[in-house]
Amino acid sequence: MPYAKTVLSGGDVHRVVDRIAHQILEKTQGAQDVVLLGIATRGVPLARRLADRIQAFENISLPVGTLDITLYRDDLRRHAVRAVGQTREPVGGIDGRRVVLVDDVLFSGRTIRAALDALSDLGRPAAVQLAVLVDRGHRQLPIRADYVGKNLPTALTETVRVKLAEIDGIDEVQLEAAS
Amino acid sequence: MKHLLSAADLDADTATEILDIAGEMAAVSGREIKKLPTLRGRTVVNLFYEDSTRTRISFEAAAKRLSADVINFSAKGSSVAKGESLKDTAWTLQAMGADAVVIRHPASGAPHRLAHWVEGSVVNAGDGTHEHPTQALLDAYTIRSRMGVIKDLHVAIVGDVLHSRVARSNVLLLDTLGARVTLVGPPTLVPSELRSADGGVSYDLDAVLPDADVVMMLRVQRERMTDSYFPSAREYSRRYGLDGARLRRMPEHAIVMHPGPMNRGMEITPEVADSPRSTIVEQVTNGVSVRMACLYLLLGGKA
Repeated sequence: MPYAKTVLSGGDVHRVVDRIAHQILEKTQGAQDVVLLGIATRGVPLARRLADRIQAFENISLPVGTLDITLYRDDLRRHAVRAVGQTREPVGGIDGRRVVLVDDVLFSGRTIRAALDALSDLGRPAAVQLAVLVDRGHRQLPIRADYVGKNLPTALTETVRVKLAEIDGIDEVQLEAAS
Repeated sequence: MKHLLSAADLDADTATEILDIAGEMAAVSGREIKKLPTLRGRTVVNLFYEDSTRTRISFEAAAKRLSADVINFSAKGSSVAKGESLKDTAWTLQAMGADAVVIRHPASGAPHRLAHWVEGSVVNAGDGTHEHPTQALLDAYTIRSRMGVIKDLHVAIVGDVLHSRVARSNVLLLDTLGARVTLVGPPTLVPSELRSADGGVSYDLDAVLPDADVVMMLRVQRERMTDSYFPSAREYSRRYGLDGARLRRMPEHAIVMHPGPMNRGMEITPEVADSPRSTIVEQVTNGVSVRMACLYLLLGGKA
């Protein structure tokens, strides 16, 4: 039976982002030297939201950048050529900063592996942390997130679909299965 | 995209995608570590049957920045000098496992022939008087980054259009991207069949200049001139050379381009070539980014 059930509603997504913003502040002594780096596509609006919330809570303005990892993927040869997105370093760069990578779903860990490679070409951060909206398990690499919105046990056949208002017009996380 | 043989093969969407990706590649070239792992393990062969400095170096830099292995093959001092045919050379490259062959050849159509003989991708880096598509792409990129847009701009291509593969590829690509092209030069050097869809032909440079957004000067290709196309170099340069006085007759925002190498004093004076409105150095820089984008689109996916 194909199904699609909502795992996080719009309100849930907002509360989760608020909580992660607080956790970042707590774990980094008030976001000292922190820059947020959103991984394309849906990590980008999430990083902006975290910056907005941190600004609202503590009146701290964090630099936000975007990272497209297409050119660092390890599976380029397995698919047709992929479009390349924008990479924009946060203002002031990443050297010596604490970089918080932001993505929507943590799955195999390969995207984060590619992001770490890309980061080391961009500069030398003092530390790198990872924030994700959903951790769906099934890691293929020794990678874990520092901030997790929701741990979601899934089957490999299922799909986690994250929708964000900036891109999809609605905030929602759904778990889908084709059969 | 399997091969890049002609600017005519590119539709507006594909050309725009190449320019967009080139923009991202340019950002990489501005970093301390100018390297991406994207084409690791792929082999690019530069097969040059004709002298070239900037195009060969540009392709080599592009492939290396994407971490591909590069093999440079120039006809001088190789088996070609011993009489090996293009087909036999192609089989050799095939046997060496070339994923892409970048070819420069004095015969128009050589890259098309090569594309039938090798399994990898073929990139035309200039064939005879036929085409030079990556030059047209880097020119389009340069125009877009200086002017913001390409559509509806008026581009004058000036000089030895007849022998120019740069002009041919530019007319095709600029047409696709919606610019209006006017070909300017002596009647003996401007083939009327090449004119673009809504552009024209003029034999009077001074009449065209006040209305041009982009003036693209072409090199007078003495090595390809077997007949007398104009009476003397001095007369050519007086009628079709771009000097300071003519530069001042162009609109304030208009830019001057030249694919290089220049004959300073012939088609362009040093005053113009070195002015801030000249994009000649930028064109070389942009060439690497645009060729990185092309190599990515050719080799960055499943073969």
